[in-house]
Order: sequence, then structure tokens, then C-alpha cells
Amino acid sequence: MELDKIEEKVLKMGKANQEVFSQIMQELAETDRDIIAVTSDSRGSGKLVPFGEKYPFQIVEVGIAEQNLVGVAAGLASAGKKAFAVSPACFLSARALEQIKNDVCYSDNPVTLVGISSGVSYGALGTTHHSLHDYAALRAINNIIIVAPADNFETEQAVRLAAKSSKPVYMRFGKKAMPYLDESNQTFEFGKGRIVRKGEDITIIASGETVYPAWLAAQKLEDENGIKATVVSMHTIKPLDTDLLNQLASNGNPIVTVEEHMVNGGLGEACASYLFQKGNTNKFKIVGIPDEYTVTGSQIEIFNHYGISENGLYKTCKELLAI
Amino acid sequence: MTNKELKLKSVFLRKNLLKYIYIAKAGHTGGSLSCVDTLNVLYNRVLNVDPKNFKSPDRDRYIQSKGHCVEALFVTLADRGFFPESDLETLCKYQSHYIGHPTKKVNGVEQNTGALGHGLPICVGEAIAAKLDHKSHRIFTLLGDGELPEGSNWEAFLSASQYKLDNLYAILDNNKQQITGYNKDVMNTDSVREKLEAFGWAVREVDGHNLEELEEALNNGPFEAGKPNFIIAHTIKGKGISYMEGVTKWHHGVPSPEQYELAMTELTEAEVLI
Ligand SMILES: Cc1ncc(C[n+]2csc(CCOP(=O)(O)OP(=O)(O)O)c2C)c(N)n1
Ligand SMILES: [Mg+2]
Repeated sequence: MELDKIEEKVLKMGKANQEVFSQIMQELAETDRDIIAVTSDSRGSGKLVPFGEKYPFQIVEVGIAEQNLVGVAAGLASAGKKAFAVSPACFLSARALEQIKNDVCYSDNPVTLVGISSGVSYGALGTTHHSLHDYAALRAINNIIIVAPADNFETEQAVRLAAKSSKPVYMRFGKKAMPYLDESNQTFEFGKGRIVRKGEDITIIASGETVYPAWLAAQKLEDENGIKATVVSMHTIKPLDTDLLNQLASNGNPIVTVEEHMVNGGLGEACASYLFQKGNTNKFKIVGIPDEYTVTGSQIEIFNHYGISENGLYKTCKELLAI
Repeated sequence: MTNKELKLKSVFLRKNLLKYIYIAKAGHTGGSLSCVDTLNVLYNRVLNVDPKNFKSPDRDRYIQSKGHCVEALFVTLADRGFFPESDLETLCKYQSHYIGHPTKKVNGVEQNTGALGHGLPICVGEAIAAKLDHKSHRIFTLLGDGELPEGSNWEAFLSASQYKLDNLYAILDNNKQQITGYNKDVMNTDSVREKLEAFGWAVREVDGHNLEELEEALNNGPFEAGKPNFIIAHTIKGKGISYMEGVTKWHHGVPSPEQYELAMTELTEAEVLI
């Protein structure tokens, strides 16, 4: 339960990013009648019950039918509505993949796809309910921005930007409360990574809910070994912030990536592909869920099992630094 | 087993599924209580399955499409001897095979389900294979009524009648509710009977808490030669526990210690009346 130690670690605890999403949706809907939430028996998990009560004409319910969800959202977007298709990330990004590819991305209908309870947030509900493929599947589709906000600040900004985006956006959130990572760094742009901690010895590039354990690992490295790590919230998986990657790699430091996604085709491979084609030779390690039958358990148990944790990342960094 | 014993078994299974949901602190309570009578009848009166030789090619198949109600399935399988009941103490725990949806790592489970709208197409495949191989075993699935809007179901409804799969039985747990509330307010699937008949299925309706009616329907197919069989089981979500019946929030939910006690008391009272 190392993630519960936050109070001692000076980060201020916020809410679950899903909660922030729903709060901003309500605020946007208040002044913009074109904001439409599209749900598939998912308004409870998407925290949109109050939204539906307040704005009954700004919610479209399709029942348990995710392909229809995305098709309907594409039609709404085509007709000028700001459609947010909200469904568990696992079903949204797998069941409705062809609708995403053809009706949203290829046809350039600027839907915002909101994958809730993403990654392994559903824990012991098992693989049917995990989305460990969504970065990879969507990275292979042209014309979509892929975002995994780390904290409440990034979530709020991402939702506001998505509402204005002329391009399709996929964003995913988890269910756990997240701390505010760096209150001094309040800039947010799609495609621009956010440095939440600066150091000169090693770099950790993380996304979504894994930025938090990455931050904790960096703190531990500093406390116990005097090692200073840079931690980046690479909230936009696509388009990747290659300027920042160049900058991070230039000092030759080891780089660790971490994501709540299978190691195949996710953030780590995206970074590696860019950096090594550029001729960089940094030591490099991808931490994520391996290509195997995923261990069963809660999100934290799965994280700990695969080293997506304070201690796991601490060890990985030490190994890379050979200390 | 006598009819009376079968009825007592339903109460026992209800107690057990609540017990393991209570221990695991997680579970799909309402929908497990609505379908557990169907599972009781299937596993104790209908299915030709052998816990000791589950993989026998001639076994009847049961694929639970509404996989979230795995607790009803697990307690029924444990009771039939597919695995020791004590295994369920690990339900939803780290590294346990007993997770919140059916997986084939558990003896007696046919398919990994949990994403809705997958069970029926797989059953169509099983049923076509049985026909090709001139086998006489039957194929059963259990669908949720909220699950019906998934397009894959309707694709499979067409395939099943195209291939005249009268060895296929789809049971609808018609508890009228889903996560958000009543089906009719979320996505209306009224007139299922007419819809299914129009798709070429033979349809029967039963009281899904009446074990004799369930058995009579499930053991007397095909209802019409050459047509797939559809059984609408009219049920109550949360059936058997007064404060859960028809209450939306019990779709998933774990009773508090007081609620758990009350549930057990109510079930014991029901037992006495059998
Ligand atoms: C493809 C898919 N979409 C969404 C879900 C999430 N989900 C689990 S249960 C459920 C409601 C199911 O309602 P119903 O089929 O009526 O089941 P029951 O009332 O018998 O519990 C939903 C939306 C899912 N498991 N699979
Ligand atoms: Mg239902």
C-alpha cells in the first residue's frame, strides 16, 4: 500500500481524474448547449449522473452498445456538436475500434473519446475489463490525439482543450484519487510533456496514473541515494513531444519509461522508436505490463507485481545506474 | 434430488453467493440473485456435464454471456463438485483464478466472458460444430436484458436461424434492469418475443424463479425443429432479499454487516417455508 504514503510526501491529494472530468463537463455544458455526453449504460462509472439530471437534453444514451456509441458520436460531431463518447476504456477502444478508425479519425469527425476506468483500474474484474492495448491500437490510427492525464490539473486542461479541438481526441482516466504533481508548472498543451520534477542523474518518462509512483520513486532515490531524477508526465502519447525527448536524451542519462499499458506498442516503444532512430545511445528500460496472461488482483497489486510502483521503479533506476 | 431439495438448493446458492461477495467485498449481487435459479436448474437438472471429466467432447455447453454474474456461476459449480468451495475464499484476491468474471482457468468454465455481447456468437460456433460433427449435445447461453442492444447479439440471432441451430438455447435473464436503471429508460428492448420470432427463433416464456417451469422449458427442446430456442425468463433483480429486489444500486454492491445478517435471516426464513 505504498501509494497511500502520500501525506508524508508533501504532495497535495486531489480527486479521481474521472471526478474532475465530470465536473468540467458540467461547467462547459452550462454555457455551451453543443456539449453532448454520449453514454452506453456508463453514466454512473463516468460520474455523469448529475450531468444527466442537470442537462437531460445534452446526454444521449445508447444502451450497452459501444459501436453504436461511437457511430452516434461521429454523427453528432459531424452535425457540429461537441460529442464526448464516454465508456470504459476497454470496450471503447476495442469493441468500437472500427468506428473510431473510420467514422471518427478517417472521416475527421472531431469526437472526444473518453475511456473511463482505464488500464487495470478494474483490477480483479480481469482482462476483459482492462485496457492495456489502447495506446497501441490508437497509435496505429491516423488523425487522433491520445492523452492520459496524470493529475487533476492535467485532466481539467485536457477536457477543456478537447472541447475546442478540431481533431479527434482519445483520453483515458482511472478511478483512484491522484495528487497534484507540480503546482508551479501550470502549463498544458496537447503534445507537450510536463516536467514535474527536475534532476540531473536519470530520467523517468511516465503517463497517466503511473506518473505518481514515478514521482515517489524519484523522491526515494533522492532520500536514500542522493540521486536526482527528472520525472516527466508525457500525458500526450500521440503526437509525442519529440522536442522534449531530444532535450531529455541529450545529457546521455539513462531513461526509464513507465505506463499502465502493455509494453508492446505503448509510450515506451514510441519513445524508443523516436530516440534510437535519431542515433541516441542512452540506457533505456520500458516498464509496463508484460505480454503475458496478466496477474490477477487489484490495480495496486498488479502495479506492484510488475514494478509499476515506488519500489519497483526505484529498483529499476538503480539497476540502470548500476548502483 | 427431489424437487424440494432443488428448491432448498436455490436458497443455499443464494446464501453462498452473498457470502463470497461479502468476503471478496465485490460482486454483481442483483444479477446473480436473478439468474441463480436458472443456474441451479441447468447444473442440477439439465446439463450433461461431469465435473471429473469436464472436457468430454460430448458434454452440453453452457457459456455465460452475462459474465459479470460470475458469483452465481462459481457457487453453482462449486456445489456440483467442479472445485472445492473453499477456493472461493480467494475470490478477487491477488493471484487467484477466481476473478470477477468467468475464466477457463476455473474447472467447469467454458469461455472467458465479461465483455457483454460475446457469449451468443461463440455458442453459434459451438452449435454449428455440433451439427457438422453429428453430435447431439446442446449449447446454452445466458444473456442479460441490458446486454441485448449489443449489435453482435443481433448478428448472431440471424446466424443461428440461418443455420437452423435447434441445438442452441439462449436464455434471457429478463430482470428489466441494468446499471443505470430500467431497460425501458436506457434502451427499450420491449417486445423481445416478437423481435426474436421475426428473427426465426422459437420462443418460450417462463417465470425465471419457478424451477419446474425452467426445467420443463430447458429440457423439452427443440421447441420447433430447425429453429434456435429462446427462453425469456422473467426474473426480479436482487430476488430473495427484500431490500435488494428491484433496487438499481444493487447491480453491484456489497452488503454491510447488518445488511448481510438481514439477508441471511430472510433466506433462512424462506428455507423454512419450502
Ligand atoms: C461490452 C460491455 N459493455 C459494458 C459492460 C459493463 N457492464 C457490466 S454489467 C452491465 C449491465 C448489464 O445489464 P444486464 O445485461 O441487464 O445484466 P443484469 O441485469 O442481469 O445484471 C454493464 C453495462 C460490459 N461488461 N461489457
Ligand atoms: Mg438486466
